[in-house]
Amino acid sequence: MRIRVLRERCVGAGQCVLRAPSLFDQSEDDGMVVVLAQTPSSEDERAAIAALGACPSGTIRLDP
Amino acid sequence: MSETQLRAPSFPAPRAHPFDPPRLVSELRESACPVGRVSLYDGTPAWLVTRHEDVRRVLSDSQFSAEGGWRFQSSASRVAAERAETSFTVMDPPQHSYYRRLLIRHFTVKRVERLRPAIQAIVNSAIDEMIAGSRPADLVSQLALPIASRTMCHVLGVPYEDHQWYEERSEVRSLLDADPAEAQRATQDLLDYVDRLIDRKQRSPGEDLTSYLAAELLEPGLVTRAELIAILRLLLTAGHETTGTMIGTGTLVLLLHPEQLAALRRDQALMGPAIEELLRYLSILHSSIVRVAKVDVELGGQRIRAGDGLIAAPAQANKDHRKFPEPDRFDIERDASGHIAFGFGVHQCLGQAIARLEMKVAFEQLLVRLPGLRLACDPADLAYESSNLISVRTLPVTW
Repeated sequence: MRIRVLRERCVGAGQCVLRAPSLFDQSEDDGMVVVLAQTPSSEDERAAIAALGACPSGTIRLDP
Repeated sequence: MSETQLRAPSFPAPRAHPFDPPRLVSELRESACPVGRVSLYDGTPAWLVTRHEDVRRVLSDSQFSAEGGWRFQSSASRVAAERAETSFTVMDPPQHSYYRRLLIRHFTVKRVERLRPAIQAIVNSAIDEMIAGSRPADLVSQLALPIASRTMCHVLGVPYEDHQWYEERSEVRSLLDADPAEAQRATQDLLDYVDRLIDRKQRSPGEDLTSYLAAELLEPGLVTRAELIAILRLLLTAGHETTGTMIGTGTLVLLLHPEQLAALRRDQALMGPAIEELLRYLSILHSSIVRVAKVDVELGGQRIRAGDGLIAAPAQANKDHRKFPEPDRFDIERDASGHIAFGFGVHQCLGQAIARLEMKVAFEQLLVRLPGLRLACDPADLAYESSNLISVRTLPVTW
């Protein structure tokens, strides 16, 4: 699984950080999403999926 | 079912219990047409969206616009209040995106976490004051609202001495049965107030969001003065009303479920999930989140026409058993994630990290400092506001 973000869609809701804090952060500069680990560990895969579902703007994509 | 109902039911509809959906909503949700025609206060037709997945879609699909929603508010005074809204809350992308992006960095989870010491101090002072006073106390006016208001003042640089003044004007805008002219005046008063605040902060900047935004956005001409005024007016009201309601009415819910309150006391780790469940269970926004169809579109088996208004509120979505089994049961051990109490789509609440932090600190301190907190009246005697928020009016408590 690889995490991809469509940064131009990000609205800074922070849901990704809440669901998967080891995978996502928000930039100090503009508050937009930062991917901390492009390839989540198997333990983190569920969190990545949760983050995708929680993102209100469809910013997060997961590629196989 | 025919496409047009001759007599569409009225909305908002009466509730048997303040925290449960009106029967109209539950019936529509289980019917063949979960997107149902309703009739607003003046007969204006609107679509009431009742299923979680449909509400999510309306709030995130670009075929539904945030512009022009004021026409579909629930009362004459609410229409008057929302008509004057010009901030990014009533814009669609890409316009919306421009303004939202100017603000995001001030509202991130990490940035907001820096407010914790200030919020702790505010919560503890408010508790100190309440317990120094007489019993019973009103938790709403003596604790919940002061915590939310003082936090907003701290963030925006608004003087707390003005709190009664702006709280009253904010309230008029939220009530369903206010005089529309009063709601309009209250809105203008708040805009003028924020205008003067910007002036003061330009002359004498402080460490607050008004000063930062005046310097970062207004001075370089990234926003006009009118645009900054609209944004700050929004933050002023949104920054205290909703959170104050969640702290006050949320405490009521906890007091009504003593076994779960006891579980919370025993295990601090339950606080996060408990707050999410409070957000879901209360879903304080029941009628004011509206969208307008930009084109003819099909939704939930219903044909919606361009220009039609849709009420896509959290209260309807969060009680859908398809998403949350036994939705009317308050249960801090359920997985309430996926609730849309803060909305969905690009307009999802910008202040949600602040709201969560305030609630966490407030409930944590209440549990620790007031272990004997209890209702000082019969729950049946409690009164609820007739407003755009589901909210208990006063909450008599003792300890």
